[in-house]
Amino acid sequence: MKQSITLDKVTEYVESGAFTSSVKSLGKRTLKFNSKKFFRNILIPLFSIIVFIGVWHLGSRALFNMEADYKIEKALNERGPEAAAEVESCIKSGNIACQPNTLPSPVQVWDSFQSLIADHKAIRADKRAFVEKTAVLNEKRLAAGKEPITYTGRPSFVDQILTSLETVFAGFLLALFIAIPIWVIIGLSPTLRSSFNWLIQIFKPVSPVVWLLLVFMIVKTMTKDSNSDSAFIISFISVGLCSMWATLVNTAMGVSSVDKDYINVARVLKLGSFQKVFKVILPSSLPLIFTGLRITLSVAWMVLIAIELLAQSPGLGSFVWEEFQNGAIDSNSKIIVAMFVIGIIGFLLDRIMLTIQNMVSFNKNEGV
Amino acid sequence: MAYLELKNVNKTYGRGKESTQVLSDINLEIEEGEFVAIVGFTGSGKTTLVNLINGLLEPSSGEVLFKGKPVNGTSHERGVIFQNYSLLPWLSVGQNVYMAVKEAFPKEKKQVLHERVKEYVDMVGLTPAYHKRPKELSGGMRQRVAVARALAMNPEMIIMDEPLGALDALTRGNLQEEILNIWSKHKRTALLITNDVDEGIYMADRIIPLKPGPNATLGPEFRIDIARPRDKTDLNDNPNFKKTRNAIIEYLMDIGEQRKSVSQKEYSLPDISPKSFVA
Repeated sequence: MKQSITLDKVTEYVESGAFTSSVKSLGKRTLKFNSKKFFRNILIPLFSIIVFIGVWHLGSRALFNMEADYKIEKALNERGPEAAAEVESCIKSGNIACQPNTLPSPVQVWDSFQSLIADHKAIRADKRAFVEKTAVLNEKRLAAGKEPITYTGRPSFVDQILTSLETVFAGFLLALFIAIPIWVIIGLSPTLRSSFNWLIQIFKPVSPVVWLLLVFMIVKTMTKDSNSDSAFIISFISVGLCSMWATLVNTAMGVSSVDKDYINVARVLKLGSFQKVFKVILPSSLPLIFTGLRITLSVAWMVLIAIELLAQSPGLGSFVWEEFQNGAIDSNSKIIVAMFVIGIIGFLLDRIMLTIQNMVSFNKNEGV
Repeated sequence: MAYLELKNVNKTYGRGKESTQVLSDINLEIEEGEFVAIVGFTGSGKTTLVNLINGLLEPSSGEVLFKGKPVNGTSHERGVIFQNYSLLPWLSVGQNVYMAVKEAFPKEKKQVLHERVKEYVDMVGLTPAYHKRPKELSGGMRQRVAVARALAMNPEMIIMDEPLGALDALTRGNLQEEILNIWSKHKRTALLITNDVDEGIYMADRIIPLKPGPNATLGPEFRIDIARPRDKTDLNDNPNFKKTRNAIIEYLMDIGEQRKSVSQKEYSLPDISPKSFVA
């Protein structure tokens, strides 16, 4: 019975043309531009993006109509048919004052994006003019030992993005500065590793909000006298604390799963403890450490938005929250713009880390 | 006093009821400049024995003496060639060897160390692959790197744990010759662990079979009285070779039989026949 099954499988495989087709595609690939690959990697994603935008458009259309109907009906019930007709014509005329407030359509989001860019350009020009205007005055103030006048206008959307990136990198660096000494320690001895394990295991699942509150408690007291930017400090420390666990867990895993052969080599060569950690244990756990760092960075970016939102620190998170509170006609579409920007930047950060990871790591399965 | 001496060595893994004694009552003496081969079945505790001698493991009881002093941890005097090469995959060939050389001669200048690395990499014929990573090399090349790494440290004794086990017959033959050349040139003491009787006879002065574990112990030694340098093809016609080879194989077969007769479990085979394709 068993024999017949295996035989069937073999014939199936041969008949299905698995061999021939793979040979064919190999030939094509070398001869000309690969249409199959182009189809799969470019056309299909493009198509799915169009479908996505289409569904979004239809959905927002439907929501818009629901909201409009509701508005008209409300006017009819409360103020009579005349008011209802007025509302209806107002909505149809596209007057901003009476537009239903709901999920924005792709076109609206695109418009908002452009208006945000225009806004950024206006603010930048304003800033430049301000700097020029105050240049002479500032020189005088500096000469007199006073602080220069700085631009205090509202930040543009691009400024917010840059602030967010700044915060996330500060947080990421902090996570590194905390995690690196712990790497070395857990690399040095299994005893120390187990003594740190409880810490990692207990604090890993703690929610970002709680970290924020903890950091808030400490930083608030510590920065009482100084005039430093405590909102920024709080948010970047919280981001660092929230995101370092992924690195720690992966490092601990990598360090404890170092191939025993490598350890034996280290012992036969009589490497010292530090040599052993830096030349054998850390390099061999590098792929896992980098996976951890990648997770850390994406977690940092993810919690950043929530933390900025709560800590009232400038950045994309507070941009989203302010727009939501604002309730202007284009607020919703600005929020969606921010959503896409957050997603794309997160994706780019992940790609960068992946590239670095591929550069430094060796293929574990193929090695030795 | 022998160069390397094992006195009543026992090695037990685990504790209490779960413990298994891998090696029991091992007595071995190796003289300086001698080439000794230990032959045994897989799983008979050969690697454990090697690790006791190179200092990676400590005996549960008994003594391992190297030049009269008890072995206490690893030492640069005893170079080890591992069964699975154990090269560090993130380092190139040169870097792998350099790391060992730097540890063995910490006071030498970098230039001298690099010269030494080049010399040994060249000796195993890998100069073209100097900057390659282990994963870009074939099995035989990797093993040659491991040989270069062990020898570049200038050890007084070379310990080889089935160094050629994973290689094909041709590469194996070449490497055997290379190792013998190096051994005879520098007159080092060598201990070879292998599961290939022919390899043992070709290379060693003495062959000692290891009875299979648990409770593995060394059997009676066989001296190989064949003049060096030995020629592989001539060996087959050498009556001495045939005699020794037969004696060793017979001995190993015997202890293999004994091991089989210890386990008296009967297995029943399922009553099946292939399906007919005609019907």
